[in-house]
Amino acid sequence: MSLKSNLHNLKEKYKGTKMAPAFNAIHTFLYLPNDTTHGGTHIKAADDLKRTMNIVIMALVPCLIFGIFNAGYQHFAAIDAAKGMVTEASLFGNFLTWDNFVVGSWTVLPLVIVSYGVGLLVEFIFAIIKGHEVEEGYLVTGMLVPLIVPVDIPLWMLSVAVVFGVVIGKEVFGGTGMNILNPALTIRAFLFFAYPTWMSGDKVWVHEAVARTGTPDAISGETLLGAYAQNSTLPNIDLMDMFFGYIPGSVGETSKLLIIFGALFLIFTKVGSWRIILSTLIGALSMGLIFNGVVDAGWIGESSKFYGLMSIDFWQHLFIGSILFGAVYMATDPVTASQTNKGKWIYGFLIGFISIMIRVFNPAYPEGVFLAILLMNVFAPTIDHYVVQGNVKQRQKRIKVKTA
Amino acid sequence: MAKDSKLILDPLADNNPITIQVLGICSALAITAQLKASIVMTISVLFVMGIGNVVMSLIRNIIPSKIRIIVQLTVVAALVIIVDQVLKAFSYQLSKELGAFIGLIITNCIIMGRFEAFALGNGPWRSFLDGIGNALGYGVILIIVGFFRELLGSGTLLGYQILGDPIAKTGLYSLGYENNGFMLLAPMALIVVGIIIWVQRANNPALIEEN
Repeated sequence: MSLKSNLHNLKEKYKGTKMAPAFNAIHTFLYLPNDTTHGGTHIKAADDLKRTMNIVIMALVPCLIFGIFNAGYQHFAAIDAAKGMVTEASLFGNFLTWDNFVVGSWTVLPLVIVSYGVGLLVEFIFAIIKGHEVEEGYLVTGMLVPLIVPVDIPLWMLSVAVVFGVVIGKEVFGGTGMNILNPALTIRAFLFFAYPTWMSGDKVWVHEAVARTGTPDAISGETLLGAYAQNSTLPNIDLMDMFFGYIPGSVGETSKLLIIFGALFLIFTKVGSWRIILSTLIGALSMGLIFNGVVDAGWIGESSKFYGLMSIDFWQHLFIGSILFGAVYMATDPVTASQTNKGKWIYGFLIGFISIMIRVFNPAYPEGVFLAILLMNVFAPTIDHYVVQGNVKQRQKRIKVKTA
Repeated sequence: MAKDSKLILDPLADNNPITIQVLGICSALAITAQLKASIVMTISVLFVMGIGNVVMSLIRNIIPSKIRIIVQLTVVAALVIIVDQVLKAFSYQLSKELGAFIGLIITNCIIMGRFEAFALGNGPWRSFLDGIGNALGYGVILIIVGFFRELLGSGTLLGYQILGDPIAKTGLYSLGYENNGFMLLAPMALIVVGIIIWVQRANNPALIEEN
């Protein structure tokens, strides 16, 4: 007997008991269940929720692998930098090395395991309480969470945040498909407001930078964005480093190249909305252009604390920070984004626009992508409402013109 | 007599002013970052509502109904000033911590709500019980929220460091535990109140409205 029929027999055996949803979950997770449809609908499409989720995960895996190597690479580069050596990143020379992989896996994989373990546990508990199938919604969230936190976040904090994010962000609203806020970003927002010392500053972005603070082996863990926000810059980082992702940052968001590949993959498979991705980038660029204009007009001098981030070329905003990652993987979440096509343009544009605004003006924390997306998540239904009402009005007018 | 005890017991659970009637939310958000402030607020509201309901009930037949709101305001204001002065005289530090919120008891929707809904139509004894009951129902939620917010947000209860010293790293803090700064922000008070409402409704499905 194959595993599939074994699981099916288990499912039959436990039918009607409290644990049934848990067995069903394992079954549906691995195979297409061999139930026949009972209701009126008899059309089945292959691109169900599980397929959609798996495609997003496939788009995320390159970012995760890059993040593992980058965690190790940044760790050793920062140690060398503290000794006064300058490290020039080269892909096969000093990036894809065994040492980087070991250090990176040691720090990043626990984040992945905790994120999935705790999150799926909460999902299973709720499935048993509610007595329905386990929802696949956490599969993507569980992958996103380790990619958007700093490498050295303590694991217990991550677990608390995951429980909070899944319960308050999703389950209270009725589970997958009913949530207002993106659960992964809810988790990040919780971490950020609850434990700000672990989520911002110039230490947390490189492995061991916090632990080594105050010792002779101290290393820097500053991100480029943090440096710009203080009107300085990081030496030795050129545009290509930013594009390929050899810079410190949250685990999986540094490599713009891989994110662009992921975006193309999502657009090609029609899982991610190209309207949202494109309009987010347009929004970010427009805000960047406005700030450039303000600097060119001479309204902001070099002494201003906003000068550093305002004066960089508008298109460079896409290469620093996590705006690309947010636009491709977070803003396109089909549940929390706007549903109408016109609404998607407005929704995306405002995300980009507000992200860069928060990035420049927030004195405490030089990145606002997650806040901007959460804010627009809340407004997405409103945008849809007005788009639909606008359409209704237009058509009513047309009727009037005809009858008149 | 059984009906009288219902006046006190109902607002504690099934007709709680905060979780069921959703009144007085503003102060539940504002002052519950510390347990002590929650308790003082509870006692103050208990005093104002108990006396206020009795006073309103005694004068309910002699005030013209057109000006009853302004009379109610005068009664609450007088009582709140008494509370404020007593706090200033005997516990100046605490009165400074609570700041404007003692004065803002006047605007607490529960008080005017109970005057209008109960004291104007019932005798003094029943009004007194109703006032006490509602103030206690309000206070219970305040104290629960204050307990969790102070314990998880500052690691203290009533100012005592029961989880250890966060600076000297003793107790739980030596294991790497850290205070949850989110608990001290107002949104978390709203979320805690929301969780209480959730638990209450899950335990008593009769409370869930049909839509």
